[in-house]
Amino acid sequence: MWSMRIPRRRLVCLTALDAGANLSALLYNSHDPLDRLNVPDTLKALHTAKLTRGHILMTDMGNSLASIVEDSLGWHDPLGGHITSTMVASKYGRHNYQQFRNDFHRNARDNFLIELSKHGMGLADIVANVNFFSKVVVDAEGRMAFAPHHCPAGARVGLRTEMDILLVLANCPHPLAPSGEYPRARVEVEIFPSDPPGNDDFCRNFRPECGRTLALTERLFL
Amino acid sequence: MSTLVYTESILQPQDASFKLTVPAGDGWFHRIGKGQILRIVDLEGNQAADTFFFCATDVTERYSAQDTIREQGSIYLTTGTKLMSNLCREMLTIMADTCGRHDTLGGACAAESNMVRYSLDKRFMHACRDTFLLQMALSGHRVTKRDLAHNINFFMNVPVTSEGGLQFADGVSEPGKYVEMRAEMDVFCLISNCPQLNNPCNAYNPTPIEVLVWD
Repeated sequence: MWSMRIPRRRLVCLTALDAGANLSALLYNSHDPLDRLNVPDTLKALHTAKLTRGHILMTDMGNSLASIVEDSLGWHDPLGGHITSTMVASKYGRHNYQQFRNDFHRNARDNFLIELSKHGMGLADIVANVNFFSKVVVDAEGRMAFAPHHCPAGARVGLRTEMDILLVLANCPHPLAPSGEYPRARVEVEIFPSDPPGNDDFCRNFRPECGRTLALTERLFL
Repeated sequence: MSTLVYTESILQPQDASFKLTVPAGDGWFHRIGKGQILRIVDLEGNQAADTFFFCATDVTERYSAQDTIREQGSIYLTTGTKLMSNLCREMLTIMADTCGRHDTLGGACAAESNMVRYSLDKRFMHACRDTFLLQMALSGHRVTKRDLAHNINFFMNVPVTSEGGLQFADGVSEPGKYVEMRAEMDVFCLISNCPQLNNPCNAYNPTPIEVLVWD
């Protein structure tokens, strides 16, 4: 688990160092935690139920948190939510600290609460999250299915921050991942400077909605 | 199009302890006690009833769309669906449904998201999130924007394709269709009877809904 306030116009690269990674993520406006990731507003603006290159993660105030500027996978999950201690225990057995020391089984809910508490935030701030490196497909009847083996080692997604954000990450199993051995895929986080999105930017032009949310966000920095 | 299953209720409107028509574009904030049954009626058809629930004893426990769909393994809400909280507890159970399918991926319309979705000059059109915020502010309870997560759209049809596309399809509702749910804990019900005029979710003509409660 990890959280950090990241300034606008940075490239945040997430790389799965091992196969089968899942990184549950929440994003907030660093200056206003009520301006926060809104999964339905993001999905309906983009007419999508998955996330990939070109998409922009949006807040409920119409602002852009981060644009997905690189993606080697083509599908990241915005539907499945995040795993809790109860789910981890029922899928992988109870591996507590007392017995396993720092190899104990972590869960995304507790990790979110720990990291958010460091910023004066808590349960009320945990909204619908996204899961990088995971894929959940929906069939014609509406049934959801986790796609196993979706994420190979080396899979990479790049986020360009469009405002100063608070990024909260929990590297824990996807709640719909199969039970068995608790996955421990490592994810590397790298942060680089980034140029602002120009008029010919792929994300800005992906859909008209993308251009409008970037224009709204630029108003925050007038 | 998937199979739709319709389940009728045995409850009679004349036996309801509470009955109210919510006009198009208005809101409703109401306590539903554990064991009470709430029915929402789409009086004229194809009207989205944006609905959210808080635990009445602690509003940081609230409806969670992601937990609800994942725990039942399906994105559509219908009879048998347990509406789950962010603590993965059952808040309400859908007992009857003559519409057959309801959405919980699309969230609520908002002044700001209308600017993104349609054009920047839509800022001053009436929107569900404004109704939610006003109803919460007037409720007399300590419930604020921080407590508001994304909601259910009763009577709305938002299919997902196997390729991961999200569609806003024609409604499957008709005049008089209803959905009925039993509270499994004391909850506050928050409804915005959707005023959206920019897309077909209300057939471009928002209309009233009726809410009924049985003890």
